[in-house]
Amino acid sequence: MNDILLAVFLGTLFGFVLQRIGAADPDKIISMLCLKDLHLMKTILAGIGVASILLFAGMTTGLLDSGHLSVKSMYWGVVIGGILLGIGWGVSGFCPGTGVVAAGSGRIDALVFLFGGLVGAGLYTVMYGFLKSTFLMESLFGGKTTLVQTGEYQALLTSVPGWAVAIIIGVALIGIAGILPNTTGRKDIPRVVLPERERS
Amino acid sequence: MGSIGEVDEQLLTIRKQTMYWNWKIGGVMLGLSFFLAVALIKPIGVSTQFVIAGGIMATAVNPSLVQKDEKAKSGYSSSNAYLNKSGGKYAKAVANPLNYSFVFVLSMFLGGLIGRIFTKNKQNKPVVRQMPVVHSRRFGNNAMLRYTLSFIGGVIVLWGARLAGGCTSGHMMSGIMQTSVSGYLFAVATFLVAIPTALLFYKSREADNE
Repeated sequence: MNDILLAVFLGTLFGFVLQRIGAADPDKIISMLCLKDLHLMKTILAGIGVASILLFAGMTTGLLDSGHLSVKSMYWGVVIGGILLGIGWGVSGFCPGTGVVAAGSGRIDALVFLFGGLVGAGLYTVMYGFLKSTFLMESLFGGKTTLVQTGEYQALLTSVPGWAVAIIIGVALIGIAGILPNTTGRKDIPRVVLPERERS
Repeated sequence: MGSIGEVDEQLLTIRKQTMYWNWKIGGVMLGLSFFLAVALIKPIGVSTQFVIAGGIMATAVNPSLVQKDEKAKSGYSSSNAYLNKSGGKYAKAVANPLNYSFVFVLSMFLGGLIGRIFTKNKQNKPVVRQMPVVHSRRFGNNAMLRYTLSFIGGVIVLWGARLAGGCTSGHMMSGIMQTSVSGYLFAVATFLVAIPTALLFYKSREADNE
């Protein structure tokens, strides 16, 4: 029961945050993918950086149990699936999580996206019996592999302290987030004089 | 050029930047959400729950799809190979929808609804606009086309996410924060394709018209 209460708390928090950063807004997603409005890209990079630093700091100090980690396998399907997800993401402006949040925020197109998602997931469920014996499931880089040592999984970098490298990567991601401009491609935006109150 | 005027479009672009959190607050809150989830339970993931939701619907039609099975690791098995994978892990979730991961995703709807209440522009009015500006600009205010693209997008996104074993949340965010190799490669593959796709569909043509 405790787990269910935590699920409600963490799920609501996550949904709220995704909505408040603009990730559930197809305009923000598509403008980001058109490399025009990088505001969301900055937020995502900073978010991964903050999460990673806290995670590795927590594990190094022993406050966080590394058994809570869950590293996903690497196989051909990750790349091919990522390519397909990229196409659908670019076409619709939603990914699975942001589609759920956008539907919750009252978007009808997001609700339609979720129905499409159920169909896609259902098709995969039916096709898995055939797909599992193809090259798509062939393991790469040893499967469940991390860049730095986390204790449970095999790591590519073994001679350096994992937490230090992870925290450096985290800081670098936040640094990149800080350097990236909020918007680019000014000439894409029509040249119109704005009323004073709309400038920011 | 869609039916939306140039001034409207630019005002909306700027409103969209001011009505959401800035990247610093957003980055800290997003990072905290992912960190808290790992610290308290496990990394966030979403796309698996589409399989579970579909499985729950399927069992309404065919109750024998998922069955109790003492020999299975999870205690459940299924005639479907995917639901039966990893000792019937998904079969168990279908049989018991009140589990952490499924309730987590259901709660995200509520989070989106609460977030919507806080989404206001500078005049403190809630911004209500169903049709994305990027869509109006390229295709006009054709709602059916928008729904068609959303539906097709949904099919491809979830099929791809299941093949990849995760989506933007599970692979990209949760994966990269753990420095997982699959997370990095998934992110590269996704962005390398999503960017040209979005440009192909939605890049504004004003530059060509000038």
